[in-house]
Amino acid sequence: MKVLMFGWEFPPFNKGGLGTACYGLTRGLKNKNVEVTFVVPRAPKGITGKYVNLLSANDLSKFTFKEIISPLTPYMTQEEYHHMILSHSPSSKDNNLYGKDLFSEVERYAQKASLIATNTEYDVIHAHDWLTYKAGIAAKRVSGKPLVVHMHATEFDRTGGNGINQYVYDIEREGMHAADKVIAVSNFTKNKVIEHYGVPPEKIEVVHNAVDFPENTFSNEELGLKEKEKVVLFLGRITLQKGPEYFLYAAKMVADYMDNVTFVVAGSGDMQPFLINKAAELGIADRMLFTGFLRGRDIDRAYQMADLYVMPSVSEPFGITPLEAMRNNTPVLISNQSGVSEVINHCLKVDFWDIHDIASKMVSVLEHKELQETLLEFGGREIKKFSWDIPAEKCLNVYNNVVSTQKQQFQRIAI
Amino acid sequence: MVNICFYFQVHQPFRLAPFQVFDIGSQKSYFDIEKNKAIMKKVASKCYLPANATFLELLNRYPEMKISFSFSGVFLEQCELYAPEVLASFQRLVKTGQVEILAETYYHSLAFLYDEKEFETQVKLHREKVQDLFNVTPTIFRNTELIYNNALARKIEELGYKAILLEGWDNVLKWRSPNFVYKPVNANIPLLLKNYRLSDDIAFRFSNKEWKEHPLSVEKFSGWVNDINGNGDTVNLFMDYETFGEHQWADTGIFEFLRHLPEELLKHPDNRFSWPSEVAAKCSQRGELDIHHPLSWADMERDVSAWLGNSMQQAAIAKLYSMGDLIKQQENSELLEIWRKMQTSDHFYYMCTKWFSDGDVHKYFNPYQSPYDGFIYFMNIFKDLQHKVQFQTVSNKGVILCQENK
Repeated sequence: MKVLMFGWEFPPFNKGGLGTACYGLTRGLKNKNVEVTFVVPRAPKGITGKYVNLLSANDLSKFTFKEIISPLTPYMTQEEYHHMILSHSPSSKDNNLYGKDLFSEVERYAQKASLIATNTEYDVIHAHDWLTYKAGIAAKRVSGKPLVVHMHATEFDRTGGNGINQYVYDIEREGMHAADKVIAVSNFTKNKVIEHYGVPPEKIEVVHNAVDFPENTFSNEELGLKEKEKVVLFLGRITLQKGPEYFLYAAKMVADYMDNVTFVVAGSGDMQPFLINKAAELGIADRMLFTGFLRGRDIDRAYQMADLYVMPSVSEPFGITPLEAMRNNTPVLISNQSGVSEVINHCLKVDFWDIHDIASKMVSVLEHKELQETLLEFGGREIKKFSWDIPAEKCLNVYNNVVSTQKQQFQRIAI
Repeated sequence: MVNICFYFQVHQPFRLAPFQVFDIGSQKSYFDIEKNKAIMKKVASKCYLPANATFLELLNRYPEMKISFSFSGVFLEQCELYAPEVLASFQRLVKTGQVEILAETYYHSLAFLYDEKEFETQVKLHREKVQDLFNVTPTIFRNTELIYNNALARKIEELGYKAILLEGWDNVLKWRSPNFVYKPVNANIPLLLKNYRLSDDIAFRFSNKEWKEHPLSVEKFSGWVNDINGNGDTVNLFMDYETFGEHQWADTGIFEFLRHLPEELLKHPDNRFSWPSEVAAKCSQRGELDIHHPLSWADMERDVSAWLGNSMQQAAIAKLYSMGDLIKQQENSELLEIWRKMQTSDHFYYMCTKWFSDGDVHKYFNPYQSPYDGFIYFMNIFKDLQHKVQFQTVSNKGVILCQENK
């Protein structure tokens, strides 16, 4: 099986879970002898968010990496794109290479994609999230190969349902309707896709994400904070979708209730200034640490330093970070409004809006070592079951399904 | 001759309310009154009332039919509070003279494993409650969840009971059959062993379409009972009463099965219905059992790991019992009663993490979203109770408690 895959980002230069998921999935597929050609936008020098192939050759024996010169990065809004193009030196000769706004850039990426699609050999096309759907559709048009689109997040998750961008919504809808199959990362997402995009349920397969083993261990010195204080961690983009303000309000309640707790907010995002100001206003600025955006080893370090990882997401299609925290032997508290809550049991679950419940559970974990022990003991067993081979197997089934369905259709036409 | 000995366990706990850390020090009720009331009413209409009506009809039709019940004190209390019609229908059954009532701990607790004196008190409280409501005095003992070991045998013999019920688990019986009466290695009290295969055919497998014997007819089941003639003295069919209508819903045909079972069983001339007290008196002891580690009727392990398997459960129960002396010193009956209601085994069962990932029976009977929530609410309530006790110790004044209104 040969797959032409369109993505947004790839580790180590990923800004979120999408890159992690694409990386895990392609490695899982490699184990199943699936040949993947992975296409990502790449920014030239001078523009932030470079995409470079840093994978070892060994890792990529059945894996081809192609780049389209483009400044696209995931999680980017129209305003951010505009800002980035403007801030890029106007004298650069590169400048006219790019579309004047995010959306024309998406179109340009699609055009380039169809070039790759004509020059590459594959059986099926697999596109990850809206930004690549036009590319996927273009590839399908030029090659006639079946298209699978993968919903990692919907516009409704990103915006919390307020201020849906019609253009983004339309591309998501078009991509799913043009596709032969839609992969959703959870039932939570599947239901959203049925409800908001009118996709028939039988066209959607749920494939839950998985997680890798952590590669990093740390000395006690490196985890120093843990010695002195209890640590409660938020790690993710500081944006509405991730519910950082619920973390903050719960932190305030816990801080009033007990001493020796530090709240760490790791990540960056549009709500960071609000969060910093609010923490000061609530009088807990000294109890909250903002680390900024973390990468690689520092992420594992943050998890291992924490006594509890909290993901209070408002709308989380999947949510790989709780699995990463559990892999790092840290108990987790997650919102019921997440896909990952469908697949893990040995964790604490709350409704994101219920700050009393969040705070109460934070205190309970910090106060009762038996609770922490039991979460770790059984969570540790549970997390061992997650491997990227499982979602890869499910994707392979989807590929086989769409390929054989198309074959049958051709035969029928031939008869 | 085979004695057919039916015993049904009837129990409902006082479930604890979702109690947050920030509720500590408030006057919020410890018990989820609405949920307890709702569950009592639901189970009454699905199980207790229709099952009691069926049994009343059967006992009237077959005067030789005999059955036995064990009611937890907290169940009887909830009947009085929320479902007096259920209590009245049980009283009608007992009035037929064909029903034996067994002894247990009032609070359906694990007290025997933690506090022997408290255990004795709860057995006494239960006896008084049964005397009060049914005007009979139990002589046969069954411990919470059939938890049993040698030490319990000696204690129960000392208290003057005539037999103990326990699980007929292969690991302790080895090659021996549960269809005889046994003797503990360290005492003389008769031991009645549950025939878990035949009991579970009704209680667990009745509606299981994967089971090769499904559907279970009265003829088939009676045939298995008849086969015991010549191989045993008794067949002890012990199960939760909620089997009828709640675990096995009415649409599985469980009530029809029940309605026709006595007739079919009585077709065999050597079958007869007996109470546990009759089995104990009539059948001689055919062997000795030496059981150190507590045996129970729960899960595949048949041990106490469903209540005490993880460190949350162990910590919660140890902390609760360690408060015993202090709380008894208060001479505050309300605090004491709360402390005892917190001993009900179900609270610890809700914290069970075994099989939680597979979402089986433990999940179905858990009023909370997870075992972790069960632990958190229990510990918050425990902490609040501690505060109330301390407050009283210091000020020596009465404490207002928001409990259900009686």
